[in-house]
Amino acid sequence: MKLSLTEEEQAFREEMRTFFTTKIPKELRERGATEEGESFKDAVVTTQRILNEAGYAVPNWPTEWGGQDWTPLQKHIWHEEMQLANVIPPLAFNANMIGPVIANFGSEEMKEKFLAKTANMDIWWCQGFSEPNAGSDLASLTTKAVKDGDDWVINGQKTWTTLGQYADWIFCLCRTDPEVKKQAGISMILIPMDAEGVTLRPIQLIDGGHEVNEVFFEDVRVPAENLVGEENQGWTYAKFLLGNERVGVAPVGATKRNLALVKETAAAGSSDGGIDDPLLAARIVELENELLALELTALRVVANSTDGKPHPASSVLKLKGTELQQAVSELAVDVYGTSSLASGARDTGVPLAAALAGPTYLNLRKASIYGGSNEVQRQIIAGTILGL
Amino acid sequence: MDFLLDDEQQALADAVRGLLKGYDAEKRRTVTEDDPGFDEEMWKKLADMGVLGLPYPEDVGGSGAGPVEVAVVAEELGKVTAPEPFVEAVVFAGGLIAACGTAEQKQEHLAAISDGSVLPAVAWHAPDGSGEGVTVNDDGTLSGTKEPVLNGARADLLVVLAGGRLFLVSGADVDSHGSRTSYRTVDGLRAAEVVFDQTPATPLGDGSDMSESFRTIAAIARIAYGHEALGLMDTALRLTTSYLTTRKQFGVTLNTFQALTFRAADMYTSLELTRSIVTWATMVLADSSSTPAKVREAAFRSKLQVSKAGRHIGQEAIQLHGGIGMTMEYAVGHITARLTAIDHTLGDGRDMVAALSTSLTDHGVVEPLP
Ligand SMILES: Cc1cc2nc3c(=O)[nH]c(=O)nc-3n(C[C@H](O)[C@H](O)[C@H](O)COP(=O)(O)OP(=O)(O)OC[C@H]3O[C@@H](n4cnc5c(N)ncnc54)[C@H](O)[C@@H]3O)c2cc1C
Repeated sequence: MKLSLTEEEQAFREEMRTFFTTKIPKELRERGATEEGESFKDAVVTTQRILNEAGYAVPNWPTEWGGQDWTPLQKHIWHEEMQLANVIPPLAFNANMIGPVIANFGSEEMKEKFLAKTANMDIWWCQGFSEPNAGSDLASLTTKAVKDGDDWVINGQKTWTTLGQYADWIFCLCRTDPEVKKQAGISMILIPMDAEGVTLRPIQLIDGGHEVNEVFFEDVRVPAENLVGEENQGWTYAKFLLGNERVGVAPVGATKRNLALVKETAAAGSSDGGIDDPLLAARIVELENELLALELTALRVVANSTDGKPHPASSVLKLKGTELQQAVSELAVDVYGTSSLASGARDTGVPLAAALAGPTYLNLRKASIYGGSNEVQRQIIAGTILGL
Repeated sequence: MDFLLDDEQQALADAVRGLLKGYDAEKRRTVTEDDPGFDEEMWKKLADMGVLGLPYPEDVGGSGAGPVEVAVVAEELGKVTAPEPFVEAVVFAGGLIAACGTAEQKQEHLAAISDGSVLPAVAWHAPDGSGEGVTVNDDGTLSGTKEPVLNGARADLLVVLAGGRLFLVSGADVDSHGSRTSYRTVDGLRAAEVVFDQTPATPLGDGSDMSESFRTIAAIARIAYGHEALGLMDTALRLTTSYLTTRKQFGVTLNTFQALTFRAADMYTSLELTRSIVTWATMVLADSSSTPAKVREAAFRSKLQVSKAGRHIGQEAIQLHGGIGMTMEYAVGHITARLTAIDHTLGDGRDMVAALSTSLTDHGVVEPLP
């Protein structure tokens, strides 16, 4: 057992910190949380391109496709420092989901065609997994792909498609064999969003924002080569992908940063709740401690996982990570008090952070629903880890 | 002792419910899309039914009803997440005029509020949450900023807190001597930044310090908000249980999973405890032996419970619905947003704890009955 980082690791951390805070322009790191539209799209793309140029967009990929030969601890440091500097992280759909799937299971042609563009955000991907009747029970999905000559013909509907309005391509789970056990008849197919027969309908969320969509497929044709890996192996790829999704989903660094910001506001006393209120101070202390425990768990997981397999405790990270993310957003609303009602206020007496607190709190209710709901996480802990 | 509504109160509940029929998430979404964030026609209908003058004496155009009737209306509005500002305008703003106004002021304004021709709003909160934000100039005009003022841009009449005194300011005077900037609130309704710039103002009542009355009327508004919140929570639980019995995953309805039904049972527990304490607070208010201090304490206790239960039920309602609970198209998200707004209006749970802590050693046990 040893607490400190090695000299090389410390140097690495310094290098990351310097890069994130000097090479990513300040404007790109100070975007409002609920921003949308072209400027949001530009910010995401520009940031990822800067990262990619330095080799920091997709460190988790195989090195031949732009990944880094880093230890798990180095990857963790990269991720934490990025969040602490408030850098927009690489788009998860590209960097954590479809990229690794193509790199691991795609044909050479598919890798050549997509990977570099995916790392560089020349392609914006979205995730077409969930359907109206296939949420937690994802394997019951019914969007159908049928072979017709050299083409796949797709019919059906996806929903909750995050940022689909900006996407160039969607990676879809489709039913390709309805006769077998449901997990065994699923394939992963890549579909351009501008293909004929694809339509997108926005869904407005309770914070008033537009970040998810329904996507409809009506006789959409794509060439056979758009199938990822093998036919009817989609579930295997999806499980691989969801494993990756859950690891990055506990935003410890960002939550730490947000808590520090809330504390700063409370300490300035310029709101309905000042830090001299022992009730507020106690809550902040408790949240700091819970976050510490979470961060140490994350470190323990990365420090001791060398074979690349997810550590069993990683389900804890998603479960507790999203709970704390939500708790900090709730605290922010409390600190801003009545001013937090003013969600639409811009350039008035209410500070922007107060205006955003309420919508952020409401929006983050999603964190315990997507990426495998927290009930599903508990099931994994109970079943896979505890054997219950 | 009796926790039930009498026949007339029940009839009032039925009438209001009948009027609000059809107020679903879609209608609320359409209505709140545009200013003023509520349905003017519905407001007029509520006026015609006598609801907007409910708590005011008959001789000033009201119906002279009591706290229970107010509670009944607030709860029905909550049940459908109606955006109409009943508690804000009738209970709080009108309540201040009824409690503090001169005979002429009551005559002039309460009748107009009751018939729906004047919408009042209270401007009490300074933008940074500390101090009052508005000062009284030597010539009696007001200068400074209040924000967020709920319905502040639509309001015809503002009741402004400044230096412990209350002032009546017409919306038109603010527009000519100052400004109003309207925006959406977290629950989809409207508030405004209201800037006073040597704005003409009339003292409410005799111009003396009204802090004491302000605290009492704020307490009465907290109690009424408790009933609105109760209606919201009641619907949230009803929608959740009905969703659990219809939504299928893994080939079965979600109520097959005890992990979820037990959470609904916990929501029910929160709801019923809240119903008790909120109803009790209204009974305290309606009891002629209750001192203002007793009413304020009951309001703190009620709002503390509402804050805790509102978070619990609001958060769980969304979680148990999954993705659909996050959308504007479905009611539970609106409910949780409104509960969040109510929670942070006139003090949240922590503020109530702080207020109750100051009198902790005044009593041995807490005795609910007079
Ligand atoms: C904002 C947002 C963004 C999203 N983005 C995407 C995206 O980009 N692409 C995509 O494909 N999907 C996306 N999703 C979908 C997300 O993955 C699903 O919402 C999630 O899988 C839950 O499914 P559901 O919403 O249908 O809820 P349901 O599965 O119907 O669940 C409802 C409730 O029941 C619980 N539950 C279900 N089954 C069980 C069980 N067996 N035991 C105990 N509890 C259970 C759930 O945990 C939940 O609380 C997104 C969702 C949201 C809210």
